Amino acid sequence: MYKATVIVKRRPKILDPQGKAAEQGAKLLGFNNVSKTRIGKYIEFFVNTQNIEDAEKEVKEYSEKLLTNPIMEDFEFKIEKAE
Amino acid sequence: MKPKFGVVVFPGSNCDHDAYYSVKKILNYDAEFLWHKENDLKNSDVIILPGGFSYGDYLRTGAIARFSPIMNSVIEFANNGGIVIGICNGFQILLEAGLLPGTMQQNESLKFICEDVHISVQNKNTIFTKAIDNDTLKIPIAHGEGNYFADDDTLKLLEDNDQIVFKYSSKDNDTDVIYNPNGSKLNIAGITNKNKNVLGMMPHPERSCDPILRKTDGQKIFKSIAENIFN
Repeated sequence: MYKATVIVKRRPKILDPQGKAAEQGAKLLGFNNVSKTRIGKYIEFFVNTQNIEDAEKEVKEYSEKLLTNPIMEDFEFKIEKAE
Repeated sequence: MKPKFGVVVFPGSNCDHDAYYSVKKILNYDAEFLWHKENDLKNSDVIILPGGFSYGDYLRTGAIARFSPIMNSVIEFANNGGIVIGICNGFQILLEAGLLPGTMQQNESLKFICEDVHISVQNKNTIFTKAIDNDTLKIPIAHGEGNYFADDDTLKLLEDNDQIVFKYSSKDNDTDVIYNPNGSKLNIAGITNKNKNVLGMMPHPERSCDPILRKTDGQKIFKSIAENIFN
């Protein structure tokens, strides 16, 4: 059993209205050193496979097919052995 | 001959009844609901993917509905030239399903927008628009994520193939960016696929059919389909 964490990020060139709004809030609060706020998604789940290669394959497919939209998002993932 | 409209019902659809009511009770065509877990399109001539919040808009709008069992049949139907119209959330589902290019982002303002807008009919050579005599239609929008996005190459293809069917405009058909309610690229309100048999649009024609609402421009799209589908 493995635990996977997937981070979904909006492509750098694609406008992020949520990030922009959060940053406007940051300025109002006086966080003047903050810039380029981008909001993405953090997803975690377990994968029940015999070895890490199979787990990686499944995480990648799940991310590509459902968890992300390849037109505007990229993803990265981490897999660790779960107890 | 009356066309039969199949209205797909996903968990979270909320314009399914409006669509059914408009085509059946107002326009007097045949209509039937199609539950998303079924595969059978029940001999529908036209498929409507209605507005709403399928699967609560979780993950991304339309992302999970796109894998409902009925979508396999809808995709096959569309690929064989069947007429499909996706309205609002239905448009978002068509994008996720890859039947139309591009994707939706949150409105630039981050606000849910619910208001009547004017859209310019950019292409009158589609089954959805052939019978429309006006240059613009007044139809309501109601969405939080209607900000159409595609890369520049895709936008150019859409333009070159006349796939942009509706653009946000003034009532006098001016498509200046000031009439763009949500930040959509090129003021896009509706596009078709390359073969022009699949239409996705953010405005809700089914909400402007009943004369009691004092706006009936939505009728023109359904009438256009009905008048041309058996030709």
